[in-house]
Parts: sequence; C-alpha cells; structure tokens
Amino acid sequence: MTFTIPIDNGDALKNAEADSQRTLYPYVTGTSIVAIKYKDGVLMASDMGGSYGSTLRYKNIERVKAIGKHSLLGASGEISDFQEILRYLDELVLNDNMWDDGNSLGPKEVHNYLTRVMYNRRNKFNPLWNTLVLGGVKNGEIYLGMVSMIGVSFEDNHVATGFGNHLARPILRDEWRADLSFEDGVKLLEKCMRVLLYRDRSAINKLQIAKITEEGVTVSQPYSLKTFWEFQAFHNPTAGAQGSW
Amino acid sequence: MFRNQYDTDVTTWSPTGRLFQVEYAMEAVKQGSAAIGLRSRSHVVLASVNKAQSELSSHQRKIFKVDDHIGVAIAGLTADGRVLSRYMRSESINHSFTYESPLPVGRLVVRLADKAQVCTQRSWKRPYGVGLLVGGLDESGAHLYYNCPSGNYFEYQAFAIGSRSQAAKTYLERRFESFNESSREDLIKDAILAIRETLQGETLKSSLCTVSVLGVDEPFHFLDQESIQKVIDTFEKVPEEEEDGGEAEAEAAAAPTEQGGAGDQDVAPMEM
Repeated sequence: MTFTIPIDNGDALKNAEADSQRTLYPYVTGTSIVAIKYKDGVLMASDMGGSYGSTLRYKNIERVKAIGKHSLLGASGEISDFQEILRYLDELVLNDNMWDDGNSLGPKEVHNYLTRVMYNRRNKFNPLWNTLVLGGVKNGEIYLGMVSMIGVSFEDNHVATGFGNHLARPILRDEWRADLSFEDGVKLLEKCMRVLLYRDRSAINKLQIAKITEEGVTVSQPYSLKTFWEFQAFHNPTAGAQGSW
Repeated sequence: MFRNQYDTDVTTWSPTGRLFQVEYAMEAVKQGSAAIGLRSRSHVVLASVNKAQSELSSHQRKIFKVDDHIGVAIAGLTADGRVLSRYMRSESINHSFTYESPLPVGRLVVRLADKAQVCTQRSWKRPYGVGLLVGGLDESGAHLYYNCPSGNYFEYQAFAIGSRSQAAKTYLERRFESFNESSREDLIKDAILAIRETLQGETLKSSLCTVSVLGVDEPFHFLDQESIQKVIDTFEKVPEEEEDGGEAEAEAAAAPTEQGGAGDQDVAPMEM
C-alpha cells in the first residue's frame, strides 16, 4: 500500500530554521544534584560528569557555582544552558554590586529571578533545559529552593534533581534532621550519591560537595566514593538463565 | 527671582551657571501646603497639612502608599506628585514580582531622581513641580529622603517642605538629635507638633492633618482621626492655649511660647 506524505520543501526549510532557533533537546547534560539544609547552612553535592547522550564524555565539569556572597547554584541538564544562566547571574550580581549601597541580593531574590527567567523561556517554547538548585544563607536565614525548566519553583529542606528525586529523596525523607552537623550532613549526602552512582548510568565516581554558610562558600576538591561490587548476586549473574546470549 | 532672558527654556543656562526653569520648579514646591517627615532607627513618620481649595471641597491627598515598606508625601503640583507616585508603585511592584523581595528605598529614590533629571535636560519637557519626601525601609533600617525637581536627592533625619515649612524645620532642628532613638509614639508626637508649627496659630485639629507611619514590623498605614486627636490632646489641654505641662516640652520652655488667649487670630508667628 502506497501513500504519499505531503512534503512542502519551502515550509520544511522555514520550519527547520525556526526550530533551530529554539531548544528542542539537550546535548551535553549533567545528572543529579542533591542538596540539604543543615545546622549552619546548605550542603550541595554533584558529580563532575557531562554526558553526551549515552557517552560519558566530560569528566571535569563543575556543576555547582557560587553566586554573589550569599548563594550557591547547582544545575543538572544542558551544560551550555547552565553556562548561559551563569552569565545572566553574573550581570545581575554585577549590577547589584554597582549600587554599592549596603543592600545585596540574597538567595531568595536570586531564586525568584531564576524562576522568572525559566518560566518566561518556557512560555516562548524555548526553554533553558535545566533543573536548578539554589541554596544560601543571608542574615541567619537558611534558604534552599529549586526551579525546573518549565518554571516550577519551590523551597524545601532537601531537594534533588533528575534521578536524585527518585533515589535520593526517599533517603532524605527518612534521615534528614534540622540540626545535622556538617559531618553528618556530608555522610548523608554521600549515602545518596553512592546510591546514584550504583544505579544512575550517567553518574561518574568523581564528586564535589559544596557548603554555604553565613561566612561564605567552600567547594570541596573532587573525590571518589568507595564502592563495593562483591555482592553474591553480581558473581556470575547469568548462572541461572537459560538460553541467554 | 526676577524674570530674565535666560529663563524661558529649561535647556538654557544663565551666564552665572543656573537653570532658572529648574529653580522656578522648586518655587512651586514652596507654594504647596506643608509636608513633614521624620525617622528613627526603625520607623518613619510622614505628616501633611490638609488644605482644601474651598470649604465646599475635600482636601487634596498628599501622602501616598507606594508599598508596604515605602510611603511618600508630596508638596507642590499635586498632579505631578500623583504621576510620580504611580511610577514609584510600578517600580516597587515590578521588583517585588521578579525578586519576591521589597525594593530597597535607596534604590527607588535614585531611579526617581534620574527620572527628574531627564526633565531638566530635554527642551520638550519641563521639570516636575513637586517635592517628594520618601520614607521607607531597606536592609540598613529606616530612611527618609527628599527628592527635588532638580533631580537631586538627599537623606534626612527629619525634613519639612511646602509653605511655612521653615517653622517646622526650626522645630525639628531643635529636636532631631534624639530622633534616632525615639520611640514610635514620640516620633508621631514630634511630627504632629511640627505640623502645628506650620499652622501659624491656627487651632490644631485632627481634621487638619494627615499622619502616616511605617516601620520595621509595621507596614505603611495612615493613623485614623481618633488616634491623631488623642496625641493632640496630650499636649493641648485647651485648643487655643499652647503647651500646658506637656511631657517632654520642658526644654522648649525658654523657646517661643505664644500668649494664650481666647482669640487665636491675633497670635504672632511662632518662630523667634
């Protein structure tokens, strides 16, 4: 049975051009970010991988950056869009500093600014393909929030993006407490990151944990988690299967 | 100021380096009825005299809420004042929408001043004929600014603009050093007393003045007639007579006190 697909080359050309002006799918992506509030501020963990589809292409990408004096921004999703967002925020912080008047943008302001940007891009069908995590401390108030690529925005005591939503948040729901010390907070994040390492194929074993308190931002050096692969079930996993390749 | 050949255009300098049109605009501010502002570390009080065109009409509104944390009192061309208040509200709400955070009053005042400056440098415009006392909060506490038709702005502990404002300024100059630590109630009382100074002997009634307050934990709002009258009653036992054992008026004892009397029309001006 033959059938013709109507093709109008003029339109196709126009459409292709029009489509290339907006984001259709991501290319180089970062995987989960996991972040928690703790006693003195916010802890945010991410790995340093940038995947190109199913290839783990880049292994040294910093996906958590300091914004101004009071905030920390982590991103998963399209890395180039994250870099664009960093440029927007750079300009924002610059203008804020230029006022030189004792007022400064806190994490709440930055979070809301990003929400506006993401939502506006979504309305134009040209999203910044990221899920952003914004944490910070200002005047003693600890803030942690998230914005998605469609502009969904909220605050919480612990947030995660991507696979972290499914694998890390259940752990956090059970084990997070408001008065976590820094060491306990790091242990909790490492527990989450280890699960992600085992189960998320786009995760790599090279992570950074960033901390923000009233004093400022510290980003750890990259390090690896210890993993254990000697479970019985992994020894000769196809032993019982019949006719498998 | 006399009419001269350099005062027709706002874009014409005089040989002595003055822009007469801008200065004439500042004259317009002096013609409006008085507006007063004072601030402590945590509160700002704005007060104004209610002048009505005639007995038949209602009085003009001179104090506007810009946001929960910013208020403005105007003197001069009320229409210009209304338009600028609308601009301020717009800026404030746009900032709130984008950042979910109140616009720091210092930044609003600069935008207002820049807007006024534009009108001093375009041949097809004229300066705004209104002076604005902007009171508001930001991270560093309470602030009071005065925005001038010239595009200048200054920060004040206390200030008065409009007609007979000099009397109020003299009163405020005597007291301003204590304002930073004043309580909210004392600040309000001082504002009403300063208003009284501009009335030149006319009986002070709550219907004659409008008072507004804002503070760190207190959104901008107007005081109602009753509250104002209560404050007036604490220092005016009998309307025609002046301070009669009011609490903190002691140090003003040496300063001008009028002759009390049944008729207040003949009372001499209050300043020394």
